[in-house]
Amino acid sequence: MLASLPRSLPSRIIYGLYVALFFLYLLAPLVVVATFAFNDSVFPSLPWKGFTLDWFISAGDNGRLGLFYDKPLLESVGISLMVATAVTLLSLAVGVSNAFLFERHDFPFKGFFYMLMLMPLVIPGVILGISILVFSNSIVNALDNLFLYEAEFLRPGLLLVVLGQFSFITTMATLVISARLRKFNVELEEAALNLGAGRLTAVRTVTLPFLKPALIGAGAVAFLMSFENFNTTLMLVGSDAPLTITMYDRLREGSTPVINAVSLFLMVLSAALALMSMLSGRKAPE
Amino acid sequence: MERVSAGTKLTVLVLFAPFILWMLLLVILPHIDLLTISLRERVAPRVYEFSFKNYMEFFVEPLYWRTFARTAIMSILATVLTLIIGFPISYYIAKIARGRLKSSLFLLCMLPFWVSELVRTFGWMILLRESGIISGVLQWLGLADGPVEMLYNDAAIMVGLVYTSMLFMVVPLVSTLDSLDDGLIEAAYDLGGSTIAILREIVIPHAMPGIVSGCIVVFMLTLGNYLTPTLLGGKDSLWFTEQIYNQFITRFNWEQGSAFGFLLLLLSSAIIWTGLRLTRQRLQDTIK
Amino acid sequence: MNADASAAFDLEVESVVKKFAAFTAVDEVSFTVPKGSFFSILGPSGCGKTTLMRMIAGFLEPTSGDLRIKGRSMLGVPPNRRPVNMVFQHLALFPMMSVAENVAYGLRRRGAGRAEIEEKVAAMLARVGLPDAGEKRIDQLSGGQKQRIAIARCLVLEPDLLLLDEPLGALDLKLREQMKVELKQLQADVGTTFVYITHDQSEALVMSDQVAVMNAGRFEQVGNPQALYYRPETAFVAGFVGDSNRWIGAAVAVDGRGIKLATDDGLVLYGTAAGRGQVQSGGSLDVFVRPESIAISRSGKDMESWHNRVQGKVKNLLFNGANSRAVVIDDKTGFELIVALPQTGEFADLQRGETVHLGWSAEQTLCFVHDGAAEAA
Repeated sequence: MLASLPRSLPSRIIYGLYVALFFLYLLAPLVVVATFAFNDSVFPSLPWKGFTLDWFISAGDNGRLGLFYDKPLLESVGISLMVATAVTLLSLAVGVSNAFLFERHDFPFKGFFYMLMLMPLVIPGVILGISILVFSNSIVNALDNLFLYEAEFLRPGLLLVVLGQFSFITTMATLVISARLRKFNVELEEAALNLGAGRLTAVRTVTLPFLKPALIGAGAVAFLMSFENFNTTLMLVGSDAPLTITMYDRLREGSTPVINAVSLFLMVLSAALALMSMLSGRKAPE
Repeated sequence: MERVSAGTKLTVLVLFAPFILWMLLLVILPHIDLLTISLRERVAPRVYEFSFKNYMEFFVEPLYWRTFARTAIMSILATVLTLIIGFPISYYIAKIARGRLKSSLFLLCMLPFWVSELVRTFGWMILLRESGIISGVLQWLGLADGPVEMLYNDAAIMVGLVYTSMLFMVVPLVSTLDSLDDGLIEAAYDLGGSTIAILREIVIPHAMPGIVSGCIVVFMLTLGNYLTPTLLGGKDSLWFTEQIYNQFITRFNWEQGSAFGFLLLLLSSAIIWTGLRLTRQRLQDTIK
Repeated sequence: MNADASAAFDLEVESVVKKFAAFTAVDEVSFTVPKGSFFSILGPSGCGKTTLMRMIAGFLEPTSGDLRIKGRSMLGVPPNRRPVNMVFQHLALFPMMSVAENVAYGLRRRGAGRAEIEEKVAAMLARVGLPDAGEKRIDQLSGGQKQRIAIARCLVLEPDLLLLDEPLGALDLKLREQMKVELKQLQADVGTTFVYITHDQSEALVMSDQVAVMNAGRFEQVGNPQALYYRPETAFVAGFVGDSNRWIGAAVAVDGRGIKLATDDGLVLYGTAAGRGQVQSGGSLDVFVRPESIAISRSGKDMESWHNRVQGKVKNLLFNGANSRAVVIDDKTGFELIVALPQTGEFADLQRGETVHLGWSAEQTLCFVHDGAAEAA
């Protein structure tokens, strides 16, 4: 039952095997995806035909188009990067504002508004997507009817994708930043005021640097959540498809190992961002 | 301690503005709009009337409510499976593994979460398909005569759903089990409790809040999942989110799609609410 | 107010009141702090001293009254515009900045030039004895060093007034003793006016030119440390500053300032009226006698010259080096007295249970009209 209590050998072996199997289950898909990015075959499946870097660097001359020459795929990576950057910056900005609002101030119905703030995390992503789709369409129609104005930018497209992802990623950012702000000693801000700083300067020079680890952590997670989002994006996407949408379409068509190559790229990106968010959490001055 | 409040009201307003804009424009109004649209019926081009027809349709057409029920039941099953598979692992991490092993196993559990769901699902496709790894291994071992197709059935969907959900079960379980004092287990053992009795009378009651919040989150995510059922289940996966997608994008019947969306939201909220009620927890405590 | 007269005072506080809803935290407090002096506000926790200090720093506005620094009223002036700097209770050093950046913070806010900042920071770090600490992180400093950096961060701005909010509270005893001496020395060197708040009487007595004793939102007495110790004006001050033997009694006869009184235990003593109230015959009194003003002897004959004499048995010995005391039980009333033991070594062999004779003068038996306020101490 515990490391400190005696356990019979067979039970230890069975338990150990179970744990090992579990982690095999956990890692197998990831390892397989990464490995088959290097398979010298046009299908990401058995048999293993030898090692190749074709799926990264082949220019299409041997009938294989590698990741670095696959224009549509690279374009969608670019779109995803753009969307993720916008979502990250927006959600961090609103997240900081929300954290100050809920941690520093009292106002009527605060508890109710806090509950409201948490809502986007418990609404299924598909539904967030369709509700924003429906609402933006209503606005477009209303503008058209009232002012004969065609609000093209509110049609499905990147702006809606950004807004859709922003709508729930902001809650996550708010929670992470609030947790850090709660640890902040208000005396530090008073000390800054006392040393001649104005209110905004005090926040800029003392509070924001204190929040930096949380901003980096929340930023990394926000970037990743946006980059990998599928459910909400699917409902709001227009003609410019972010990476997950392009990958999804390719997967349904049945694809070449170039998808493995992109996946490997995604895994490396995730690992880098994960590392960043974890390191920023440690070594933060209290 | 009261602070100088010059301009405090203004500050609150300035901070409140982005919050309420975000909430109104991206959450509240869109959902109200979703509800309104689900409650109308097109009687002529660009002419709509208030009606429950879209909801009636759901109950009249067996495909719809069967898909709905199937999604709910499969989600419950996936939740239970995740719990059964994840509990011993969480227990191992929280109570048996020590030091480095403990923290690295825990990190390993988080790993799949950092990788895109699409990539994870793709991994399972490579493993399970006819020309995939598992089929290959089975043939190599002589357990199968020819290629075995394991993709595009309910079991494949279940494998993928459990995989995707595991993190959300293991994290709350590990943290509640971690907070259980080892002394209690030692005392129970010392007093002659069997493993089963200790689990039933001490460990599980203590872990209950973690079990419930894990189950709520897993159920909610599974219910709203789209990728895993469509990719691993193929054309006949019959997942309710797929119905919503079809109504919106393929059939362009937004009224019907909105009604479906609202029904899914209701089910999801009802489950969360019941779960919180059963354990007397607050939403704030369950989320992180 | 005439400008010349006010220039002598760096801080003038006039009838300041601060109310939080129904609770009055600071009640009609007035005082002045002369230029270049070390002024302490001493009081138990909750007496309102922190509220008073926060009003001077500008984090709170008084409900009524006026605060002037160098003759200029500070009402409505935000904290960052006041010529006042403050050393916070937990120091509030910025953990994400280096030591030098902490010290430079205020200068940067003033828009000082880079060269000027560097020069002033280096000079200030040298002044507080940490010339090489500039590049260090805050968490690399010891408690005493943090203290000095917190003070340096303020002094580099050359404030008219430096406020210190119990900055020694977090230090261990030995370091605290050392920092007391250091702080007083530093203040004498730089000549800046210090206003220091504390609940620790020894900090206040050792360092200050003037001490205000605060209780329940009011100043009980303002004076130099000697005056507070030897000539307390209220029972609260007598009880709060230093140790005392203490009785509650009633005046039997009053003759000018001389009083004959009977304690509740039935002891008859001769005392002197102290403080502001008029002692009436039959009136209730608080009576204080310091342990060191009581003479002790093994023979009753030595005590004949004292107004007040007691014979008792040693109940307990509290050995503490130069500060050793004996607890003596009065044979007649059973009252316990604490007596300081002289340093001559004469009583080094004093035993528990031994009979001793005690005596002290009427002048050192301070009698205050009983008003209940002293109970708080």
